Amino acid sequence: MISGATTAQPIATWGVRSNAREEPAWVRLGLIVIALSFLTLFLFIPLGTVFYEGLKKGWGAYLAAVTHSDAIDAIKLTLMAAAIAVPLNAAFGLAAAWAITKFEFRGKQVLITLIDLPFSVSPVISGLVYMLMFGAQGWLGPWLNEHDIKIVFALPGIVLATIFVTVPFIARELIPLMEAQGKAQEEAAATLGAGGFQTFWHVTLPRVKWGLLYGVVLCNARAMGEFGAVSVVSGHIRGATNTMTLHVEILYNEYQFSAAFAVASLLASLALLTLAAKTFIEWKHGREVAS
Amino acid sequence: MRTLTAKRRGNVLPGFRLAMGFTLTYLSLLVLIPLSATFLKTFTLSWDQFWAAVASPRVVAAYKLSFGASLAAATINAVFGFIVAWVLTRYEFPGRKLVDALVDLPFALPTSVAGIALTAIYAPNGILGSILEPLGFKVAFTPVGVMVALVFIGMPFVVRTVQPVLADLEAEREEAAATLGAGRWATFTKVLFPTVRPALMTGFALAFARAVGEYGSVIFIAGNIPLVSEITPLIIITKLEQYDYAGATAVAVVMLMISFALLLLINYLQWRLTRFRSAVTA
Repeated sequence: MISGATTAQPIATWGVRSNAREEPAWVRLGLIVIALSFLTLFLFIPLGTVFYEGLKKGWGAYLAAVTHSDAIDAIKLTLMAAAIAVPLNAAFGLAAAWAITKFEFRGKQVLITLIDLPFSVSPVISGLVYMLMFGAQGWLGPWLNEHDIKIVFALPGIVLATIFVTVPFIARELIPLMEAQGKAQEEAAATLGAGGFQTFWHVTLPRVKWGLLYGVVLCNARAMGEFGAVSVVSGHIRGATNTMTLHVEILYNEYQFSAAFAVASLLASLALLTLAAKTFIEWKHGREVAS
Repeated sequence: MRTLTAKRRGNVLPGFRLAMGFTLTYLSLLVLIPLSATFLKTFTLSWDQFWAAVASPRVVAAYKLSFGASLAAATINAVFGFIVAWVLTRYEFPGRKLVDALVDLPFALPTSVAGIALTAIYAPNGILGSILEPLGFKVAFTPVGVMVALVFIGMPFVVRTVQPVLADLEAEREEAAATLGAGRWATFTKVLFPTVRPALMTGFALAFARAVGEYGSVIFIAGNIPLVSEITPLIIITKLEQYDYAGATAVAVVMLMISFALLLLINYLQWRLTRFRSAVTA
C-alpha cells in the first residue's frame, strides 16, 4: 500500500481503490508533521503555558490566588451572569426554533440572519451598545439616574452584555436540528388532542434534548469566558463588577503573573471540560446534533 | 403582523404567536434596538466631527493594522487550517481524536486567557520569545504579535468549515482521475482542491471577520503602541475611557458597517457552498 508512487498507472485497476486515494508515505508523514507543528505552536504550547505559569510558584501560591477574596467574588459574579444569561438564551433558542421550523412565514431567512448578527459584531461594540442605552451619557441614562437604577457598571449590564454575545449559540444548534426532524410527530400529537405545551414537553423536547444540551454547553463556555463586551460595561470595580476574565486582566496588568495564570487555569479547565462534553455529545448522539 | 400569520391556515400546531412574539421581543430589546441606538448616536455628530473621529491618523493606522493583520492571519489559517483538516480527515495517527477535539480550543478558551498565554510565550523572556528575539524576530508588542493572536482565534473556523467537505469527498472521483492517468498531485489540484475551494473561502472569510473585531486575545500581546500596534476595537475602548461616547460610536459604526458587509459576503459564500455541495452529491 505504501508503494503509492505507482498509483497513476492507468491500467492497474486492481489495487487502485486503496492506492488512488493515498499519498506516498513521505508526503503523509510530512503533512502530519506540519499540521501537528502548527497546532503545537498555536494550541498546545499556549494551553500548556496557562497551567505551567499558574503552578510555577507552587501549589501554595496557586491556591492562595484562586481562593483570594477578589477571585472568589469574581468566580461568583461569573457564575451568576452565566446562570441568568444561559437559561434566557435557551428559552429564546427554543422559542425561535419552534417558530422558525414548525411554521412558514415571510422573512424567515432574515430572522435567521438577525439571530446570528451578534456573532459578527465585535465584542467591544456589544458592550458599547449598552453604554449608549444605559450609560450616564446614554439614551436612558438621565432617567435611570433619577430613579437610582444602576445598569452599567453593575450586574445588570454584565448580564446584558453576556446575553448579547451568546444569543445565537443555542438557537443555531436547535434550528437545523428541528428543521431536519420535521413536524410530523408534533402534528400527530396535536391531532390526537395534545395541548401545545404537552406536545412541546413530551414530543419535541425529548427529541432535541441533546442538541439543546450541546448548545447550552457552548453558550455557557462563551458566557463565562466573555471578556471584551463585559470589559466595557463592567467599570472594573474590584469585588463588585469583576468577572473572572476581568480579574485575570487586572492581576496581569498588576504584574501578578502567577496569580493571573492561576485564575486563568480555572477558565482553561472550564474550556477543556467544555470540549470534553462537546466531544462526548457528538460521539454519543452525533445523529441528533446537527453538524 | 398579517404576513406573519398569513400562512398559518392548515397548520395544526399551536404556539406560533407566543414563540414568535417572544423571539421578536427578545431579539429587539437585547440586540436590534441597542444596535440601532448606536447608529442613531452618530447623528448627534456633524459630518465634520464624524469624519474627524473616524479618519484621524491614529484611527486610520488602527484600521490598517486590524485589516492587515486579520488578512495575514486568515491567509495563514487558510493554508495551515487546510493541512490540519486534511490530516485529521484522511490520515490515521496516534492521538488523532484528541487533537481533533482540541482544535476547538480557541472557541472555548476565554480570549483574555489566550491573550496572556500568547504574551508569556512570545515575550522576550518567554519560551519562544527567548529563541526568536536573539535572531532578530520581535513578536510580542509588535504587529506580528497581533497577527499571532489572530491566527490562534481564527484557526478553528477554517478547519471546521473544510473538514466536513473533505470527509464527504467521494472516492470514485479520485479513482476516476487516477484511472484516467492523473498523478496524485494532478488529482489534488484538478479534482480535489476545486471541490474544497468554496469551503476554504468560507472558512477564510469567517476567520477574517472574527479577527477584525477581536479584542481580548490581542490587547495583551499587541503592546498597544499608538500608530504601530493599536487595533480598532481598542480605539473604541480608549475613546470610551475618555468619555468620548460620540467618537467611540463613530468608529464603532464604521466597524459595524464593515462587519455587516462581511456577513453578507459570508452568507453568499455559504449559500454557494450549500448549492455546490448538493450539486456534487446529487
